Amino acid sequence: MKYKSLVAIDDYSKDDYLEIMDLAAYFEKNPVQKLLEGKVAATLFFEPSTRTRLSFESAVNRLGGKVLGFSDSSQTSVSKGETLKDTILMVGCYVDLIIMRHPLEGAARYASEISKVPIINAGDGANQHPSQCLLDLYSITKTQGTLENLKITMVGDLKYGRTVHSLIMALSHFNPTFSFIAPEELRLPEEYRTFLRKRNIPFEEHTELAPNINDCDILYMTRVQRERFADPLEYEKVKNVYILKNSMLDHTKPNMKILHPLPRVNEISTDVDDNPKAYYFEQAQNGVYTRQAIICKVLQLK
Amino acid sequence: MKNTKTLSVSAIENGTVIDHIPAQNLFNVISILGLDQLTESQITFGYNLPSEKLGRKAIIKIADKFFEDIEIDKIALVAPHAKLNIIKNYEVVEKRQVNVPEQIFNIARCMNPKCITNHENIPTKFRVINDGKIKLKCCYCEKDTDIEHMKLIR
Repeated sequence: MKYKSLVAIDDYSKDDYLEIMDLAAYFEKNPVQKLLEGKVAATLFFEPSTRTRLSFESAVNRLGGKVLGFSDSSQTSVSKGETLKDTILMVGCYVDLIIMRHPLEGAARYASEISKVPIINAGDGANQHPSQCLLDLYSITKTQGTLENLKITMVGDLKYGRTVHSLIMALSHFNPTFSFIAPEELRLPEEYRTFLRKRNIPFEEHTELAPNINDCDILYMTRVQRERFADPLEYEKVKNVYILKNSMLDHTKPNMKILHPLPRVNEISTDVDDNPKAYYFEQAQNGVYTRQAIICKVLQLK
Repeated sequence: MKNTKTLSVSAIENGTVIDHIPAQNLFNVISILGLDQLTESQITFGYNLPSEKLGRKAIIKIADKFFEDIEIDKIALVAPHAKLNIIKNYEVVEKRQVNVPEQIFNIARCMNPKCITNHENIPTKFRVINDGKIKLKCCYCEKDTDIEHMKLIR
């Protein structure tokens, strides 16, 4: 059987994204589908990520498959010095699919080159986390009815945020308009701005949150982390500038939804949670359907 | 008399002369081409020779050795303006330039300390990006390594 691992968001084309959107919608309507009956998936989490692991394991279980794996490599032969290659080849003998998270960048690409079963990258260091991006796309599709011609405003850590970078790449297929709101130190890197200019995708950049969110369809919030700042004083200056409060939402568009990859710390005030525009918990729910879709596409089951 | 002596050391009957190597990269070129591993060919090199283009250049003459394009293109990273003279019977029978390859395998290290290739025994693989300035994009971690920070695998 031919299969294609999912390592990076640009492994997929526009058609692939749309196929995942349709499949995710199908699984949302029909959550229990025994398509993985008799199959086993491994969740190899070389570093802990409880939310992502549970979401994938929920997806496998809903599809009728069985899961084995580990959630922290300290209890495994990796701590005895086993190479990644040996671990992947060995586990590949036991399972039909490997879902892996690894602290080192490029680990999933390497695993996909040597593995005889497909690999789904559940995060490799600061590099790629494609299932997060696809669930973001699904959340956008669900709330806006389309991915086309939307205005997406991204806030917070645009320099290091891998979800932000992946989403820019994926949405570039759908004629978006972007607005980026970040402190100077965490501004979107030049390579992405160049990418957007080359594609003639309009974007604006701001440093202030409140006055710049009234015209967007999606408000994508991310966490501004203290450890990203070389100068702690700079963090102190900006830390309260990027906190979204319920009162700021009065003049935003009625269809606007707030997304956040979670975990949230204080960048979205809890008084926003009950606003119908808050969508970050539903977004996590969408992750299960999206991951069901990804698993089926990778294994060519649907 | 002195000139004749110099000539007799440096001229080769058959083989390859690589000219216009930036002097500081002579030993990188030797390493990339594995010249230090050759057991048969006689190799002579000149170092810190004056050059109008490069300031200081180096030249390598390898007797009885001819390179495939794919092999020689690897040195484009450290000697992009190198010129090859193919010598047969003391005559230059062909001149070649080096071309920047699209991909390079296991020549350089990725400069990202968190890249998997720096932690496990994995041959490195880069796409060469040439938009005015040559950069190497790691096929694993997707980070760029610029030529100034490039470390060769020895």
